[in-house]
Amino acid sequence: MLLDVSKIEASYGASQALFGVDLAVAEGEAVALMGRNGMGKTTTIRAICNLNPPRAGSVRLAGTDLKGKPSHRVAKLGIGLVPEGRRCFPNLTVHENLVAAARPGAWTLDRVNVLFPRLAERHAQMARSLSGGEQQMLAIGRALMTNPRLLILDEATEGLAPVIRQAIWAAIRKLKAEGLSILVVDKTLSELLPVADRCVILENGRSVWQGPPAALTADLQDRYLGV
Amino acid sequence: MTLALALEQLLNGLQLGVMLFLMAAGLTLIFGVMGLINLAHGSLYMVGAFACAAVASATGSFWIGLIASFACAAAAGAIVELLVIRRLYDRDHLDQVLATFALILIFSEGTRWLFGSFPLYLDIPRLLQGAVALPGGAQYPVYRLAIIAAGALVALGLYLLIGKTRLGMRIRAGESDREMIGALGVDIRTLYTVVFALGAALAGFAGAMVGALQSVQVGMGEPVLILAFVVIVIGGIGSIKGALLGALLVGVVDTMGRFLLPQVLALFVPPSQAGLIGGAAASMLIYVMMALILAVKPRGLFAAAHA
Ligand SMILES: Nc1ncnc2c1ncn2[C@@H]1O[C@H](COP(=O)(O)OP(=O)(O)O)[C@@H](O)[C@H]1O
Ligand SMILES: [Mg+2]
Repeated sequence: MLLDVSKIEASYGASQALFGVDLAVAEGEAVALMGRNGMGKTTTIRAICNLNPPRAGSVRLAGTDLKGKPSHRVAKLGIGLVPEGRRCFPNLTVHENLVAAARPGAWTLDRVNVLFPRLAERHAQMARSLSGGEQQMLAIGRALMTNPRLLILDEATEGLAPVIRQAIWAAIRKLKAEGLSILVVDKTLSELLPVADRCVILENGRSVWQGPPAALTADLQDRYLGV
Repeated sequence: MTLALALEQLLNGLQLGVMLFLMAAGLTLIFGVMGLINLAHGSLYMVGAFACAAVASATGSFWIGLIASFACAAAAGAIVELLVIRRLYDRDHLDQVLATFALILIFSEGTRWLFGSFPLYLDIPRLLQGAVALPGGAQYPVYRLAIIAAGALVALGLYLLIGKTRLGMRIRAGESDREMIGALGVDIRTLYTVVFALGAALAGFAGAMVGALQSVQVGMGEPVLILAFVVIVIGGIGSIKGALLGALLVGVVDTMGRFLLPQVLALFVPPSQAGLIGGAAASMLIYVMMALILAVKPRGLFAAAHA
């Protein structure tokens, strides 16, 4: 397994948010992390990256225990994070956002510019002046520039216009086809399920169901994902 | 009042401004990037001056002393950051002020213990001795012109470092979202140590250069520190550009005020009183200017967009 998350628990101060999450991503696999709002998807991702280090359980990346490793070490071990809310550096240009934390590997500026031609057009612009969709492309490109073994996408299409969403999904499908391992959180099942090899559902900070997208029946969807 | 005299005073003002910029650049960078108020910045200025004076008198070369000032202040900065400062980033400003004030006392007593209470003197290097003729006929010391040039070079270097290098990008990225730059694989703690040492080196460099104009003594950094704080408040905390403009403004306004105010007053009151009142008024001038600027731009001339 590339990523192996076992029984992690995490808290914000005194309030516990995760009570036991199990999940795994194999090499080349795309795993969908699902659940209603506030169920702990973002917290799970923050725990994996040691932004909120889990206080119990374990996270392993390609066999290496991530316990106690600062988040920059986790990133260097191969996790590329596209965080909720995008979090591009607003005071840097598009080009600077891409190269500031880049690490050598197969992904280069040229390849990112081919994946998202918009970024090439806007390379000298400040990130704060980009549209939401362009910022999302930038956040993905920025993560790819670190040449991760596992790409984590948290709500990458949230709040975007349909055309832009399609562009983002097309990019994600392309990345998967190239063999990149992906952990993805998204609300739109119609677009998420065709990409996913496996799904993991969280409820109240626990992983409660795992299986292939085909096994995610309307019943299960209604029970765990319906609003 | 002759044109030559005014020009000379203007250059003095620029030279003071350049010195203040070297101090303020580090101070504003450290505040902008790490959110830290560092009262001990004046101590690093003193460390630079003492290192230069001691090494110059041991080796006979001002230039080796100058390099030593840079190196010693950077090293002192890095050590202090590793031992003390990095425990302060997540604390509130009052804790930071208390802890860095304690550092002033430690640095001052440590320096007194090493070098004694008597001031050291630093000679102007032979290459920069003498004076050049200004237009209008007055003579102006080469050394002061060299300080202005050195300051301009440092400003240019800083601009390139912050604006064009990857280190600069990471510093700016850390200013807007330090958790995110860490999550992308940049070791923010090391970055902070580097920024702190860089700021310290600039302060030490300033101390060394001023050391040849004044005496090198314990406590020499604090008056400069106060002016440097005025500079970064005027310029907008966190902005290097603001620090440059603020430093030049404070340097020129302070120097020209001390020169011109007594003369202007002399038109209205007897000369003896004019000197007295003018001098007193001039020393308040930069604070009045600060108040006026803050009244119009409460966050300084170049307030950072975030924070
Ligand atoms: N910064 C925070 N401080 C305190 N509680 C938080 C914070 N962020 C999230 N939570 C809580 O943790 C739980 C899980 O949230 P989150 O992981 O953001 O859910 P999701 O991403 O699935 O919508 C929620 O109950 C939420 O209120
Ligand atoms: Mg979320």
